[in-house]
Order: sequence, then structure tokens, then C-alpha cells
Amino acid sequence: MKKKFLGLLLAASMVLTLAACSNSAGTTSSNAANPNPGAQSTAGSAPENTPTGAAFKIGGTGPLTGANAIYGNAVKNAAEIAVDEINAMGGIQFELRFEDDVSDPEKAINAYNVLKDWGMQLSMGSVTSKPCEVTAVETYADRIFALTPSASSAAVLEGKDNQFQICFIDPNQGTAAAQYIADKKLGTKIAVIWKNDDVYSKGIYETFMKKAGELGLEVVSDTTFADGNDTDFSVQLADAQSNGADLIFLPMYYQPASLIFAQANAMGYAPKYFGVDGMDGILSMDGFDAALAENVMMITPFSATSTDERTASFVKKYQEQFGEIPNQFAADAYDCIYAYKQALVNAGATADMSAKEICELMIEQFTTMSFDGLTGSGMTWDASGAVTKVPTGVVIKDGVYVSLD
Amino acid sequence: MTFLNFLISGISLGSIYAIIALGYTMVYGIAKMLNFAHGDVIMVGAYICFYAISRFELPPLVGILLAMIVCMLLGIIIERLAYKPLRSAPSLAVLITAIGVSYFLQNAALLLWTPNPKVFPSVVGDGKVELFGGQLTISHVTIVTIVACVAIMIFLTVFTESTKMGKAMRACSEDKGAAQLMGINVNATISITFAIGSGLAAIAGALLCSAYPTLIPTTGSMPGIKAFTAAVFGGIGSIPGALLGGLLLGVIEIFAKAYISTQLSDAIVFAVLIIVLLVKPAGLLGKQIREKV
Amino acid sequence: MKKIKWSKTTGKNTMTYGLVILAYVVLQLFGAAGLMSSSLKGMLIPICAYVAMAISLNLTVGVLGELSLGHAGFMSVGAFCGTSTAILLQNAVPSAPLRLAISLVMGALFAAVVGFLIGIPVLRLRGDYLAIVTLAFGEIIKSIFNNLYLGVDSHGLHVSLLSDRTNLAEGGSLIIGGPMGIGGIQKIATFTAGFVLIMVTLVVVFNLVNSRAGRAIMAIRDNRIAAESIGLNITKYKMMAFVTSAALAGAAGALFAMNYSTVVANKFDFNTSILVLVFVVLGGQGNMLGSIIAAAALTILPEALREYADYRMLVYAIILILVMLATNNPTLKSWLDRLKSGRRKAKEAI
Repeated sequence: MKKKFLGLLLAASMVLTLAACSNSAGTTSSNAANPNPGAQSTAGSAPENTPTGAAFKIGGTGPLTGANAIYGNAVKNAAEIAVDEINAMGGIQFELRFEDDVSDPEKAINAYNVLKDWGMQLSMGSVTSKPCEVTAVETYADRIFALTPSASSAAVLEGKDNQFQICFIDPNQGTAAAQYIADKKLGTKIAVIWKNDDVYSKGIYETFMKKAGELGLEVVSDTTFADGNDTDFSVQLADAQSNGADLIFLPMYYQPASLIFAQANAMGYAPKYFGVDGMDGILSMDGFDAALAENVMMITPFSATSTDERTASFVKKYQEQFGEIPNQFAADAYDCIYAYKQALVNAGATADMSAKEICELMIEQFTTMSFDGLTGSGMTWDASGAVTKVPTGVVIKDGVYVSLD
Repeated sequence: MTFLNFLISGISLGSIYAIIALGYTMVYGIAKMLNFAHGDVIMVGAYICFYAISRFELPPLVGILLAMIVCMLLGIIIERLAYKPLRSAPSLAVLITAIGVSYFLQNAALLLWTPNPKVFPSVVGDGKVELFGGQLTISHVTIVTIVACVAIMIFLTVFTESTKMGKAMRACSEDKGAAQLMGINVNATISITFAIGSGLAAIAGALLCSAYPTLIPTTGSMPGIKAFTAAVFGGIGSIPGALLGGLLLGVIEIFAKAYISTQLSDAIVFAVLIIVLLVKPAGLLGKQIREKV
Repeated sequence: MKKIKWSKTTGKNTMTYGLVILAYVVLQLFGAAGLMSSSLKGMLIPICAYVAMAISLNLTVGVLGELSLGHAGFMSVGAFCGTSTAILLQNAVPSAPLRLAISLVMGALFAAVVGFLIGIPVLRLRGDYLAIVTLAFGEIIKSIFNNLYLGVDSHGLHVSLLSDRTNLAEGGSLIIGGPMGIGGIQKIATFTAGFVLIMVTLVVVFNLVNSRAGRAIMAIRDNRIAAESIGLNITKYKMMAFVTSAALAGAAGALFAMNYSTVVANKFDFNTSILVLVFVVLGGQGNMLGSIIAAAALTILPEALREYADYRMLVYAIILILVMLATNNPTLKSWLDRLKSGRRKAKEAI
């Protein structure tokens, strides 16, 4: 009996959820500040993308919950700020919808389909690499243009003409880092600690090792960590120390890096550190002792402490709205929206065009235009979708970034 | 000397697992349920402690005490709302509810405290003891954690062996029905078990984050699973077993990383666990229950 | 008495088959009529895979009565082996459905082998200890696939662990790239294939459960000592259920992986194992129809909750707890029992 009741209950809940599912596909507004409340589609009944003509619909997916929520929320928040600013200027109007994918390819496809039902015309891809790889295949098949702010793996772009990145592609970061270390003679014996189950870390690690070999850099210690054991780094640091490494290369995000700095400090081991763009954000961690990151070098396109006027105004706005200092993910997302604006204006695109039409215009624009953003000026894109911007090496001095050059 | 250093790293990691495992095993021993939300109560405790110390600038001890009180209340509320109605339900149903509670706590923390990592201020300072002219260092956190582990172990053992409440707990764990007939308030006893378990979780949270100072809403989940493993390793339900299991797990993990491979260390830890359980099917110090025919 | 019992289970099984076929036909009609949103369409294949996972885990948890916390490990084995097979056969077998079928079978075979190897130590243990060992194996499988490199070139297959030492010749390609997993997968999984997989899974499970072996398995679950004393070979029957369960999970994993262009080992972690366990417990242990409905409902639920935006997963957690409380509520249960006995009495009166 119990089982039958259970079955009934579940069946009922399933019918309900199914109904809710088809409803929610059509009727969700995203941006409270959007001046066009009428600009909502009825995609639930019409699966084809139906432009409304009032505002360009930009969609993106990223982890808003789960262990990687910080990256997704940074992108979402910054994109909201950019959209609000642009809408307030008049002229081109945007409507933004950002869906949670928990940094899981499976959920990313679900989120993408929700956006497609909503009538997305332009995509921000996904925030993290693996989900973006799968949504990129979809946007390619559906001919929706995608410009991801932060999914940096090479596989995102591979073989797709309408996928573009705002961030550096992983392999470039690896080579750039090795080149930097060799050119500036930052270290003679190098240790690498990387994250063994992470696409981003692995991508940079591989090209770094290759380039380091070519440049004759000596890598004396090569150790890893993974999701389940990313708290204790005593062994990795001891390995680097006992092999006499004077520089540790850290292709990882800032959270584990902050633990590495603290633990090395406790061990009394003080090598030089070299990070990549994922390291940005370490100084804005709540309660972080900036002295630990003193003299840490990294390649980053963005600095929240920059005196540049646009950056300062963005940082101020972000802090007012969300109570935090924006990181590089946020800056990339902000640039993403503005790059879209520039390309759309240049192309003379209107919001009533279909995603397909916009896609062709955008491919043409992005391969020819040059864009000045927070994360670099004079950014250009090649046909593969990878961005060319000048990587700046910075070093942390007294809690602020100082240019390495 | 490197060997000794690794051993110390292993013990300091292991003592963290042990202190979490003690809470796990305590609740399991009495209430006979795997409280998968334990790791998330740890996270809540750490957040409370963090806000108390860095925002309200309370002394660390007051911070921990406050975290303990909040967690105890939280433990009692969770037990009343989510577990008590399932007292007579199959144990798997309770397990799934515990998972639901775990999701709930994680996502509530995400909304309350944002996903941005907080750097936890060490509750015991970052001093260290140096031996053999600085060749061997032991941090204060490690020492405090080990002392706390042993103290908690002794407290729990004495409490369950000798006090009236402890005896009532053991009675409930043996046979709830019979305990009730003997005039024991089963519901209150189990509530107190949860309160103690959650209070221990708050201490574990503060020490976990003092040793590894980043705090995010999922901070508790992986150490929670590892500690659960440690509790089973030592023989689940056994209080000294949890301590032993935790310490061994930490040491094995560090040695696997140091001497075999950093890439496969997790696989090695679990392989050792499997081998031990094959030799001793009830864990290291677990009671072998004879089956009645 | 025996006869009645038989007809009851057969009736229930027929109903399960019938409902699955009905759901398939209705969804196909919806799709053909263009009434389905892309978001629902996109979920059909993962739902099929999760349903098959839930049924296969129910064989271990419900029928065999052992708690497994590492079922995603078998899914992982199936996903990686099945997808590799599909990539290797890309040119040899041009027909996509046939290639998919072969891949699912290969996924199932490999998962069965792994299931057998794991079963040898695991099935010696009991209760929570067995559960933790399955969890351990799940983590080991994840760890291995995160460090496994598999490449193919004109000389054949090359495998290496820890780092990429496949040294592929010109024109070769890396199939499994350690933490990068498998990329560039052709998405050959279809809803029809998912439906066929569910039907096959049901046929296998129902036939096993209703066979002599199945009754032996349930006898072991209900009273191991009694079963042993009447001369049942405990290990054999336990292994039979465990390996079948692993093989079916492998096939489900292969189907799941080939619905996405990329697959990584981290997808099949402890959380995925737990998710499938939630389907089984919610649907009722031993109740296959319950598993099917629970798997489908709980896969759709988080998507249906997207309108709650930030509160989505919080609402999901609350619903999960409430459903568990409701389905185990004694008052509700006794009320339902009374309802049922009342109806039965009414029938008898007629």
C-alpha cells in the first residue's frame, strides 16, 4: 500500500513539475532594472527563437550554487552592472538572463535549453570550461553567437566559427608564463603545483611544461592536488623545498593558492610564486593577510586597484551593489557586455533580428574590430575566436598590484 | 627528519579528521543514523565563529562558545523537524533526509554568507613549536587539535559510561522500546545526543578552519566524507576508534602523497581502507556483533 | 495463495512496462507535434539514463538489500569504455544506432567485469562497512579515470597512467586525456535508445527477480542465516545481483556520456551516487516503478524550480525533506491503510 501511495504521490509531483517546467520556460523576467517589462517572449509555446524587437536577449550559464559559485556570481553580477549602465544610456537595450549550471556540463545543457526557449539571441557561453565545451557545441549547432567571459580551455573554441573568448586561452597563459619567467630570469629551479582534476589547471600546466622545456627552464618538482585533498599542501611544498626550488608556478585559482602561501609561510619556506589569471582575487578575500602574498607575481589582465577611470567606477559600483571587490571574472564579464554593445552598434544590428542573422554579423565584427575594455585595450580576435590582448605581469607589493615591467 | 615532518603533517591532518569523526561516531553510536549533515553543521559553526571573531572582535574562546551554542540549537532543531518524525522509519529514509538537510544548510549558507571565500582567523594564533634546532616544526593548531581530540574522547567516554544521561543514551542505543519502559525520555535523550554532536561540530569547525583557513559554504562536505570514512575505519560507534581512524587516515594520506604519488593519493587511501576492512570487517576497534541464529 | 501472489507481481510488472511505453509514446507525440520546449527535450536522455541507473541500483539496494554508495563508479566505467568504443568504431561502423548499441554493450561488459572484481571483496562485508567500501571503490574509479590516458594510432591502442606517455604516431589521437576526460564526442544517444535501454533494464531486472535466483537473492536479504542453512550459495547469488546491477549501470553511463560532447571523471563522484540512491529510496526499495517515477521527477524538479532563481536549490532541499517526511508519516500511512481496507470491505460486500 505504502508503495502505491508513494507512486501516486510521485506521479502527481512529476505532473506538477512537468507543468511548471513548461511554464517556466516562457515566463521569467531576469533583470529587475530592465526598462522593458514587455520584452518577454512566449517561447514556451513557440520553440523557435522569437525576437521581440525591444531589447537584445543575452543569456549565459554559470555556477551560481555549489563549490564554484563564486565565479558564476561574479560574472552574473558584473554583467548586470554593464547591462544596467548600457540600458540607462538609451540607444541599444539589453535584456540579461543568467542561469545556474553548478559547473556541470549536464546542468549547463539544461540551463542552455531554458535560455533557448526564452529566445536568447546572444550567448555569454558558460563561465567554467567544461560546461562551456558542451554549450559551445549547442550554440554552434543553433547558430547563436557566443562570447564567453571566462571559459578558457582550447576545446571551447576548437572547430567552431561562432565561439569567442574574452579571457586568455589556457595554452597561451602557459606559454606566456614560461616566457615571462625565462625572460626576466625569475627563477632557476622551478616547482609546479597543479590541480589534477581540473581542466583549467591541466591546460595551463601542459603548455607551461612544454614551453619550459624549450626555453631550458629546469622544473625540479611537479606535484598535484585534487578536489578531495585540496587543503593540506605540506607534502607538495616539502617536495619543492627539498629539491631546492626557488620559484613555484601555481596554475590554479586563488583559493587553494591562499592555503599554499599560508602553509609555506608556516614552514618557513619563502620561494617566489608565479600565478596565472585565476590568482586574481586573492587580495580581496575576506580576512586575507596581504603580507602572505607579498611579492607574488602573476599574469592578469585586470587589477581592481588600477587608477584607470573606467575600472575605478566599475569597482565602485560593484562594491556598492554587492559589497565585494570584483575579481577578474567580473571584469571579463563586464567587458563581454560592452564588446557586444560595440559590435552590435558597428554592425547596425537591431533587436528584431534572429539569432542566426546576428550571429553572422557578430562573426564579421569580432574578427575585424578592436575593443578597449577593463581587461585590456586594443583587444582583437582571430578567426579561431581567441583574443589577443597584452598579458601584463604584475607583482603584489604592499597589497596592491605593481607592474612587473 | 623528512619522515618525521611528514608524520607530523599526517597527524595534524588526521587530528582534524578525528575531531570531526568523533561527532559522527557519537551520533551514530546512540541514534544509529548516519548524519550526513554533520559536515555542514561544521561549516555553520565555522561561519558563526568567523563572524564572532572578525566582525564583532570577540575573543576566540567566546567565538567558539557562541558557535557551540548556535550549533547545539541548530542540531536540536534539525533533529526535531527532520529526524524525529522518522524515528520508526527505515534507516535509509533517515539517511536521505540527512542528505536533504545537508543540501539545505549548504544552500542557505550560500545565500546568507555569499560564495566568496572567507579567510578564517586562527583561534589559537599561528605560533609553532620548533624541535631539533628548527628541523621539526609543530604548529600550535596541531597541538591544540590533538589535545582537544583526546579531551573530547575522554569526556565522551566518561560521559556515556558514568553519568545518568550517558547511561540513558546507551540504553536508547541498545533498545529504544525497553529504554522507554524503564522511564527514560527517549526523545529528550536523542535530542541531547544531537546537541552534543553538533556542539562538537562547532569545535571541529573552528579547528578545521584554523588549520586550513579558507571558508566557503562547501567547506564541510569533503572533510565530512573523509571523517565518515575515518569513523568507519576505526569502527563506527566506537569513540576511541574514531580518534584512531582519523589519525591513521591523515597519516596514510600524507604518506601516500609523499612516497607514492600526489595524483593517486586519494585512491591509495581508499585502497588501504578496503584492505583493512577486509581483514577487520568491523573496523579497527569496532565491536564484532555476533549474529543470533 | 501462491497463485494470487504471482498474478499480483506480474500485474505490477505489466503495469510498469505499460506506463513506460505510454510515457514514451506520449512524449514522442508531443515532440512530433512541436509541443515540447527545448529544455524538456534536452532532459529526455539524461532522464532515461538516470531511470536505468535507479532501476539498477534498486536491484542492489532493494532486492539484494545492500547499501551501495559508489554506484556512479560503474556509470563512470560504462561512460568511459562505451564512449571510447564509439570513438574507435567511428569509421568501422558507419551506422550510428548500431555503433551506439555496440558501445552500450561494451560499457555494460566493462562495468560487469569491474563489478565482479569489486564484488569479491565488497560482498564479504555487511551494512555500513559494505557501504563505505563501495564509496571507496567509487572514489578509486574516479581517481583512476582522472589519471588515465588512452590514445589510438596506426599501431593500435596506447594506455598510460599518471601522465600522457602514449607517444602517438602521426595521425593518432588521444581519446581519454586524464582530467580533460573525453572531448569531441559525437552525440549519438537518442531518446528511443534511452527508451530501449529502460525496457531492456526492466526485462533483465524483472526476470532476475522473478526467477529462482531472484527468490534466492531475496531470501538472503530477508534472512541470510536461514538462506545459508537451506544450502543457498550466498556468494553466488549476491554476486549475480551485484554484477547485473553494475552492468546495467554501465550501459546507462554509456548512454549518458554520449548525450554530451564531453565527459569527465569528476561527474561520476560521490554526489552522483547519492543522487541515484535518493531516487531509489524515494521511489521505494524494491519498487521499480517508484524508482522510474522518482528518477524522472527529481531530474526535472531542479529545472522546474529555475523561476525561484537564487532560492532554487534551497527549495529543492526543502521539497526533498518534506517528501521523505510525508511518505514516512505514520498518520498518513494508517489513514491510507484504512482507506484501502475500507475499499476492500466495500468490494467484499458487493
